[in-house]
This record gives sequence, C-alpha cells and structure tokens, in this order.
Amino acid sequence: MKWRKTSSLALLCLFGASLLPIQARLNNDARAAHLRKTALNLNLRERIGQAGFLAALSGFRSPLAAILWIQAHTAWENTEWGRMAGTFDTVTTLQPRSILYWDMSAWHMAWNAAVAAMQNEKQPSEALRIRSQREYFRLGRDFLERGILNNPDSYQLYVQLGIVLRDKFEDHCGAADTFLKAAALPGAPSYCARFAGYEMAKCPGREREAYEHLRQLYLQGDKQRLPSLINLLRDMEKRLDIPQGERIDSSAHSDKT
Amino acid sequence: MKLLGVTIAVASNTFTELVRQKVFYFLMIFALLVIGNSAFMAKFSFQEQFQMLKDISLGAMSVFGSLIAILATANFLPKDMEDRTIYSILAKPVPRFSYLLGKLCGIFGLLAVSILLMSALFLAVLWIREGTVLNETRAQLQGATAEEIAAAVKEVTNATFNINLIPGIVVIFFKSALLASLTLFLSTFATSSIFTILMATALYFIGHLQSTAREYWLAGVDVHCWSRLLAALVSLLFPDLQAFNLTDDIIAGAAVPMTLFAGTIGLGLLYISVYFSLAALVFSDREL
Repeated sequence: MKWRKTSSLALLCLFGASLLPIQARLNNDARAAHLRKTALNLNLRERIGQAGFLAALSGFRSPLAAILWIQAHTAWENTEWGRMAGTFDTVTTLQPRSILYWDMSAWHMAWNAAVAAMQNEKQPSEALRIRSQREYFRLGRDFLERGILNNPDSYQLYVQLGIVLRDKFEDHCGAADTFLKAAALPGAPSYCARFAGYEMAKCPGREREAYEHLRQLYLQGDKQRLPSLINLLRDMEKRLDIPQGERIDSSAHSDKT
Repeated sequence: MKLLGVTIAVASNTFTELVRQKVFYFLMIFALLVIGNSAFMAKFSFQEQFQMLKDISLGAMSVFGSLIAILATANFLPKDMEDRTIYSILAKPVPRFSYLLGKLCGIFGLLAVSILLMSALFLAVLWIREGTVLNETRAQLQGATAEEIAAAVKEVTNATFNINLIPGIVVIFFKSALLASLTLFLSTFATSSIFTILMATALYFIGHLQSTAREYWLAGVDVHCWSRLLAALVSLLFPDLQAFNLTDDIIAGAAVPMTLFAGTIGLGLLYISVYFSLAALVFSDREL
C-alpha cells in the first residue's frame, strides 16, 4: 500500500512536469487573446479586503466585480464621488475586459462627478471648483485610456475617448485622431469617420486633410450625406477656395453617385 | 463488454442514490439567486442588468458545480464502507476499477444534469429579461425610423446572448469534473470524509494559485532555493485551475479562440484521466 502511495506521488510529479509545456502554451494563447489579464497584487488586496481577494483568487472575479458595481451605484445615489472613483478602479481591475465597466466609469467621472464638482456649494472658491472639475475630466479620460489598453479592438472606448477629448478638453486634434482609430476598427459605425472629419476641420493646420476626408465620405453615397457633413463641406470649400468644378454641388460630383 | 455493463450499473446506482439525497434542492437557491438578482437589478441600465445577471449566474454555477463535485465524491467511499454496501458489491465479480469508474461516472452524470438545469434556468431568465427590455425599447422608440429601431434592438440582443456563453458553461462542467476526479483520488487514501473535503477545498484554492507558482518558478527569480522548491512542488503536484477560468472574460464579451477552448478541454480530460488512474492504483491495494 505504502509503495503505491509513494509511486502515485512520483507519477503525479512526472505528470505535472509533462504538462508544463501545454500549460505554457495555453497561457500564451490566453494572453494573445487578451484573456486572464487581471493583475492580482497586494494593491488590489488592500482595496477589496481579504475575503474579496480570496474570492478573486478562487475564480470569482466577475461576481465580485458585479457586487462592487452595485456598491458603486449606491455611492452614486449618495453622490460620494471619491468612493465611486475608488470602487470603479477596483471593478475595472477585476474585470479589465468589460467595456461596459470602463465606459460607465469614465462617463460617471467625466460627466456626473465633474458637473457635481462645479456645482459644489460647499466649495466657495471657483478656482478650486474648476480644478476639481478638471481632475474628474482627467479621471474619465484615464479610465478610457486604460480601457483601450486592455481592449484594443473595441471601437466603443475609442468613440467615448473622442467624445471626452472633444467635449471636455476641447482637444479637437486629439479627438480627430481618436475617432479615426475608432473608424478603422471592426464593427465601427459610420458616424466614427464623420466625427473624425468634423474634429479635424477644427484642428489648426489640418483643414485641407479634413476637407479631403469629408469629401471622400461624401462620395461614399447617401449613408454619409448628412446635412451637417454637407454644410461643413460647403463651408470648407469656400474657406479653402476650392475651384468651382471640384465642389460637391458641381454636376461632376453629383453624377458620381 | 461485461465490465462496461457493471460500470454502467454502478454509475446509474450512484446517480439514483445522489438524486434520492435531494441534491437538486440546491437548484431552488440558484433559482432564487438568479430571479432575485434579475428583479433587484431593474434600476440599472439594461447593459448593466445583463452583465450582472451573467456574472452572478455563471459564478453561482461554478460554486455549486465545485461544491457538488467535492461533497458528493468525498462522501461516497466512507458512506459505502459505513453502510457495508462496498463489501457486497466487491464480493461479486466487480473489479475495483469498475466500481471506482462507475462511481465517478455517476457523479459526472449528476454534475452534467445539475449544470444543464442551471444553464436552462439562467438562459430562461435572460430570455425573459431580454423580451421585457425589447418591449420597453420598442415602446420608447415609437415613431422612430425602422433603422433606428433595428439598431436599438441589435444593441439589446448583443448585450444578452453571446455564443461564447456555451463554451464558458462547458468549461465550468470540466472544472467540476476535474475536482470530482481529484477528490476521488484523495478519498482513496483518506480515512474520513471530513479529511477529504478539507483537503479538496485546500487544493481548490492552491490550484488557483498554481499558475502564479509556475510562473514564479520558471521565471528563475533570484530568491531562496527553498522558496523556488516550494513553487516547483506546487506547480508539479497541483492542477492549474486558473486555466479553467474563462467565464470571467466570456461574460465581459471577450471571444475565446477555438484552439484555447479545445486546449482547455484537453487539459481537463488529461487531469481527469490521470487522477482517476492514480485513484485506481491506490484503491486496488487498499485494505477495506
């Protein structure tokens, strides 16, 4: 009996050794597909507590993230913005592949928390209110940038980042580049390319590039021929002094479609 | 052929015995969890609702699957010995190997039925919630163009059913089956069921850390030799349970490549067969 126990242990070790290359390959395949990227470190342990960390280690990352998300929602109802930011950080660390968590975290920070900071009646100094608001804008952008690093194939996060850059930072050049990246990703809706053109038109020094981009979209047909795109193109044709024959209203271009 | 008949008979008896022990009552708790969760989430956006429903349901499936695997397997050998049924079975021309295989197959059957029932319940709740959200969306979009309604409907359906949920559920079954096989191996040399349950639970946690220990060992970090030895032992002796945690990423919407899915199933089958063979090796010589 005893030798059987010993030999079974030895066999188990041999089996473990023979599995090493298979495990390494599976691990590499998972990393290549951007799976199992959660970093379970001491920093996370401090944030979620011992029981939470044990749950995360035992393969219950997603239920734990869901529970924390409910806590973040309660914090939102109580307008506890700081607690919300911390909880969002933990949720996105636990579930880095969830686009929804990155997107919603960024939205809460860049919109809700930023507006609340600006309307904070407890803070009499306007300068400090503006500073706090900018801090929340930055937090929103940060969530989206980290979300993109974890989900490089997601056009949704690029679109949201473009909107934050456009509406909150007034960085039209950055927004244009971000919308362009979104448009190049699989499944991206047609508005991504239009948004890129609109922002490029506001970016100093890139007016000609914007015009060419928008004109290409116009030539794609009715799907892209929205009133805002046509109006902007007409306006740019005047500003860039485009020859009459090359303008979108000329018969040559009308015929192409 | 005769051995196969014996194994099937033991498997069906084990399954019937487990069903009579009212194991399926846990489904009531699962149903309560899934339906309660679904009703409680009404204040969230539909994307959040579906995400959390999947998170909680698949997490609960994994917990219940693992619990059934460990508790049911740890109990059967001591129980058969206490009831003395093992003596009457093995006194007949039933090889010990067939007895063990039959028992394990019975537990696999129980796991498969449990996971199927939980999946059916989860998918039914998801489908009902999807229908409700779709009706609400259509009502809100009255007067909108057909294209806008189609886009909104597509957004709802994309957030609910995802074909990758099926591989996720299959992987949960294989993880539970692996745990059953490991617990069976432990129970062949354990003296009591409480020892087996405690050991299997400890191995469950260690198994989830195996990949970390393996990376630590293979990376050749400059630390004490005993520390590396410990990491090496953990890597070689324990199963890599983290490899079976694909559901976290599947719920988040990530697609699992077919090669990774097939590799994970293959790894599961390897673990199951090796733990069973070792269990048979130890049990063949055990004094009853």
